[in-house]
Amino acid sequence: MYPTYPTTSSLLTWMIFLPAVGIGLILLLLALRPALRLSQKLLDDLSRAIGLASTATVAALGVHLWRGFDGREADLQYVHHAVWMEPFNIEYFVGADGLSISMILLTAFVFLAAMIASVPWWGRLDDEHHPHFSKRRVPAYVVLFLLLETGVMGTFCAQDFFLFYVFWEVMLLPMYFLIGIWGAPPRVEPDGRVRGGPYAAIKFFLYTLAGSVLMLLALIALYYASGPAVLVNGKETAHTFNLVYLTQQARDGLFQGAAPILGVAFPKMIFLGLFLGFSIKVPMFPFHTWLPDAHVDAPTPISVILAGILLKTGVYGILRFNLQMLPDVFWWAAPAIAVFGVINIVYGAFVCLAQKDLKKLIAYSSVSHMGFCLLGAAALTHQGISGAVFQMVSHGIISPMLFLIAGVIYDRAHTREIEGFGGLATRLPEYAGITGLAFMASLGLPGLAGFVGEVLVFLGGFGAADHAFRWFVAASVPAVVITAGYYLWTMQRMFLGNFNEKWSHLWDIHWRERLTLYPLAAITVVLGFWPHPVFRLVNRSIHLLVDVALGKGI
Amino acid sequence: MKLVHLPTLFLIPLLPLLGAAWCGLVGARAQRRFGERAVHRPAVLLPWISFAFAAHAVAVLAVSGPDAVLAQRLWAWLPVGDLDADLAFQLDRLSAVMCLVVTFVGSLIHVYSIGYMHGDPGYWRFFCYLNLFLFAMLVLVLADNLLLMFVGWEGVGLCSYLLIGFWYRDREKAIAGIKAFVVNRVGDAGFALGLFLLFWGLAGTGRPVGGPPDVLESPLAGRSTAVETEEPRREAGRAASPIARPGGTAEEPHRSAEATDASPLPRTSIRFREVERILRDPARRHAFASQRWLGLSVLTLSCLLLFFGATGKSAQIPLYTWLPDAMAGPTPVSALIHAATMVTAGVYLVARLHFLFALSPTAMTVVATVGTATALFAATIGLFQYDIKKVLAYSTVSQLGFMFVAVGVGAWWVGIFHLVTHAFFKACLFLGSGSVILGCHHEQDMRRMGGLRRWMPVTAITYFLSCCAIAGFPFFSGFFSKDEILWNVFATANLRYASGGVVLWAVAAGAALCTSFYMFRSYYMTFTGDYRGATGGEVHGPEHGHGALPKESPPSITGVLVVLAALAVVGGVVGLPHLWHLPNALESWLEPVFAGSEHLVRRRDFGPAVEWGLMGLSVAIALGGFALARWLYLAARNPIPARLLESPNPVVRFVHRLIYRKYYVDEVYGRVFVDGALGASRSLASFDARVIDGLVNLCGRAGRICGDLQGWIDRRFVDGLVNRVGDAIVAGGRNLRLVQSGRIQSYVAGLVAGAIALVAITYVVPW
Amino acid sequence: MMIGLAHYLVVSGALLALGLYTVASRRNAVAILMGVELILNAGILNLVAFSRFVTGSLDGQVFALFGIVLAAAEAVVALAIVLQLYRAWRSVDAAETREMKE
Repeated sequence: MYPTYPTTSSLLTWMIFLPAVGIGLILLLLALRPALRLSQKLLDDLSRAIGLASTATVAALGVHLWRGFDGREADLQYVHHAVWMEPFNIEYFVGADGLSISMILLTAFVFLAAMIASVPWWGRLDDEHHPHFSKRRVPAYVVLFLLLETGVMGTFCAQDFFLFYVFWEVMLLPMYFLIGIWGAPPRVEPDGRVRGGPYAAIKFFLYTLAGSVLMLLALIALYYASGPAVLVNGKETAHTFNLVYLTQQARDGLFQGAAPILGVAFPKMIFLGLFLGFSIKVPMFPFHTWLPDAHVDAPTPISVILAGILLKTGVYGILRFNLQMLPDVFWWAAPAIAVFGVINIVYGAFVCLAQKDLKKLIAYSSVSHMGFCLLGAAALTHQGISGAVFQMVSHGIISPMLFLIAGVIYDRAHTREIEGFGGLATRLPEYAGITGLAFMASLGLPGLAGFVGEVLVFLGGFGAADHAFRWFVAASVPAVVITAGYYLWTMQRMFLGNFNEKWSHLWDIHWRERLTLYPLAAITVVLGFWPHPVFRLVNRSIHLLVDVALGKGI
Repeated sequence: MKLVHLPTLFLIPLLPLLGAAWCGLVGARAQRRFGERAVHRPAVLLPWISFAFAAHAVAVLAVSGPDAVLAQRLWAWLPVGDLDADLAFQLDRLSAVMCLVVTFVGSLIHVYSIGYMHGDPGYWRFFCYLNLFLFAMLVLVLADNLLLMFVGWEGVGLCSYLLIGFWYRDREKAIAGIKAFVVNRVGDAGFALGLFLLFWGLAGTGRPVGGPPDVLESPLAGRSTAVETEEPRREAGRAASPIARPGGTAEEPHRSAEATDASPLPRTSIRFREVERILRDPARRHAFASQRWLGLSVLTLSCLLLFFGATGKSAQIPLYTWLPDAMAGPTPVSALIHAATMVTAGVYLVARLHFLFALSPTAMTVVATVGTATALFAATIGLFQYDIKKVLAYSTVSQLGFMFVAVGVGAWWVGIFHLVTHAFFKACLFLGSGSVILGCHHEQDMRRMGGLRRWMPVTAITYFLSCCAIAGFPFFSGFFSKDEILWNVFATANLRYASGGVVLWAVAAGAALCTSFYMFRSYYMTFTGDYRGATGGEVHGPEHGHGALPKESPPSITGVLVVLAALAVVGGVVGLPHLWHLPNALESWLEPVFAGSEHLVRRRDFGPAVEWGLMGLSVAIALGGFALARWLYLAARNPIPARLLESPNPVVRFVHRLIYRKYYVDEVYGRVFVDGALGASRSLASFDARVIDGLVNLCGRAGRICGDLQGWIDRRFVDGLVNRVGDAIVAGGRNLRLVQSGRIQSYVAGLVAGAIALVAITYVVPW
Repeated sequence: MMIGLAHYLVVSGALLALGLYTVASRRNAVAILMGVELILNAGILNLVAFSRFVTGSLDGQVFALFGIVLAAAEAVVALAIVLQLYRAWRSVDAAETREMKE
């Protein structure tokens, strides 16, 4: 008997593939370019327009989705289900539940912001000596950008494991090119090492791919260990990729009896494979070292997407697969996950303190903040999981803001070295103000969005059944002091003090930058005191996940 | 407890927030086009309106009966699980007092700032931050739950940072701001941990630690038939709007703002009145008090952690070091934040949580002991400082210690009383020093002042009156509050060590002596004798607009000074001692708040004779300090202070240097914590880059080496094999070709040999 | 002593061997041909001997007559070729006439 869902709609499919339509249009323009006699400039502008139109339409569809989503339901909504490759029992199955809806909406809006940050309209761009990335090979950039959006959106919507994997891989390749081609050029460090865009891109790609391979192994093993299911066209199958079925079979204990792999129980091995794959994306210590390189050398909008959304795919994967499908193994592994979360938080904060490059500092602060998500998820309490998911959302708003801010100064000064600035607040007061707000949000000042996630994670961690979690929380709380330290010190070195005359040619932020920064800032301020929009969507589903893991509820 | 809904309660914090928004968003432009009045007119008016609303609310409270509490719930802020943190305000009698002090003194200081900050290009920024501070402080005071209070708590920390580092071009000042924020954050970490411990401690031991869940039987979840795990625990995070209607929502009986004493006790709560109700229940109280963690009871531990947070905010040992540096900010900031309001938040916290602290005599002992120690410690430092604002800063730390002593021995209303009187006279002292600084062309060192009462009479008189108040001269406000404190300390039996009351009293009395001494020292050094400062012409030059000699400040400044000094003189009338058979308005006002905890605090009954004796001793101390200071410093006639400084005696010099350098505490903290953190961060960063990233790059390099190895093997062996086969065939072919020699003899020979072979094979071999 | 089959076979075997040796070892093309004649005669002799001592019929002797004729014809053809060879190469040495193979 095939289950029925509250809403079925092709909205999610539109949201996933609308950027692909944009890609098609651009490719068409490229093919017709000689026939239509398009100049390079016109082609560039048309590509940008198509990119903006695509992301804006997806964002508009996101608003529609938001209005229609029922937060009281724990099931999948807006389901679009069709058979894809029948001989292999692979379906095209997308849907949104409380866990994914927040990420889908976040993706839609952050991509729009990043697209706006990718176009050099309205304002000055100092690119005489340093050609700005947004003017090089624009059609290719927009195509890859839209492909990335398709991949990310599909990852969050997919409810078929194979489909998820396909979209996961689709996410990787455009990132490689975007960082490698439009990122920083290769450079030789003082100690002889070669760094730069291509190095960071390949490091990111191979590292993440190594994790995906583990995920693939787990996927295949899971498929062959899974039980019978029904495809959407009624065909009965012996195995399945369908996540809903897999979840139910896992909770029924089907995988407990599967043959052990390398002497380790089957569910634990699957869990490990999946977890390793996702933890590289989180990024969890010690698999985090790709992040600083990728962030430093990526162009600003790509850093925005990387920090704002791609990191969340890792946590999303852990929650969707490890927690939802293998709750008892998750319960067993929770203290270890929490320890790594604590290490992320504290270690990330300390390393931030020593950074001299602004973007690297923000990158390590992302490492630190994602540790909160791990700790909150591992605590397996309502507050903890709500905090973890809210932290995903709030960090997805705040870190784009931070990277856009870094981009502002980099576009003007062509350097990100913190010590090299000084007293910028005298000439760029608005920029100083918005940076102050972003820093305060990131360090978790109560009243802004960052605090809600952090305090819920801490509170939830403290209330975990295992009292060892109290120690984890107690060990992480001092990290907020370090966080305050490095942000304020950065503020001091860059903005306060006497004005460094070297920068007298810099100008304050202009309309294009305002257009991206101010909405993000407004959301940050509003969510700090009014987190209800997020909780309304997510709480029902994620609390149910925790209840199942603890043995209560259905 | 009777809850009364007051819809205007939220305006009290909101109006300053609007002022901050106005100044922050349009203030710069408004100042450029319309001048300073476009900034200060809304920015000063709004706090006064807020004060009016506060007064109105207090009036409503007063007529509502002794156990009334005004409440207003805006919406559910963090409704997750058992957490019931709402954006809700409450005004009970305790917060009424705080609220009035904050709004009144705050508004006065706003008026003062008009004159003081006149001409500063950052005028609009100053008023923005000041209004933002009022907003945060009012949220702190009016919050009805500990988490919202924490929002205000950190918010005032933020404003403190912004205002201390207001003149950010000066690196020292900006760093002082960072120091304040970071040290406060250390305390906030403790506060947060205490909050969590309290919340979960009340919930019992949490969920039982058991094994993994059993295999669950359930149909495939395709319908919304999910059953709630616990019926009453529905979160408000669903489609139902969390904005409260005045009657409370029917779905959330535990979130209703009108929970009366009859409704069932929640499992746990973060709201003050709910926690109080839980702790009043004997069974719950016993269960909570018997939990242990780390060898201490959870109750004591949470109290200690919360108190640690209070030491950060209220500058007690060990987190006081930020306050003297905070004097880098403009003087109105020092007066408002670091004297009257923000630093008293710690005292307010302990008083607010009286029902919790009263259950733990250990925690109360720690509070009282730390308070006393800080009082004496800071007072001794204040004896030798030359910067007038630093003297006042250490005096503030010391007076805060007194307040903590009071609440530490269970004399809650006394601590609040001293908080109020301290707000008046300390604000007056700070503002007076600001007036002096302004008049002396931004000179702060008392050695370069002197004889100012000739040119600044109003400032001098108000300063002197406030000194009398802080020293505890009879009938001034400070006398009543400080004497109550000393009496309650002496008479306490609540401390963990025997005869603790007497010991603490002695220390506190010593601190009071030092207080009186150094306050009058500062007065005499500043206002009497000859003027030792540089004349205006030398310091600033004629275009600066100042006169050559100090002059009195404008009326916006002196008016405020007069008001505050008047309050410092007569303010004690609200807390007249029972000993004199006079009504004590404040005590009876606050009595319903603390009634539940009074019986938990033990005190000894000494009788009126002892009390009169102690009162006399207090007066003697105050007058003694005054006399000593007058003798040593009046008009700088006495050579003893100067001679002591140049004394050849090494002990004297060592003691003086030790105290003058503030016991080197800042240096120790800097070396241990700051350098330690920076060192740790540097080593971790290089560990990250070298070891962890090195491992990753090593993997990359190993991969490349493997690839090269494989290539070599491929080239030499695998491909080589193929090539060698080819070569063998070619060689074989070349050799075979030699058979075709073209010589007939060879062919014949071959024939013959073949024939013989055939014969042999056919006939010979089978044999 | 009676002359039996064995004596004839020994003689023909000796003739065969001598003929083989001649063919294998001589360089002169005519001498090789002489060796071939010897081999042929050895074969013919064998035929006659078997015909007289084994079967008793005259088939072998008739065959021998054919053989003689064939030997003669073959000798003519071979000598004709050698003559042509001599005309091309001015030599009848077997070792030197190898060009066709190259």
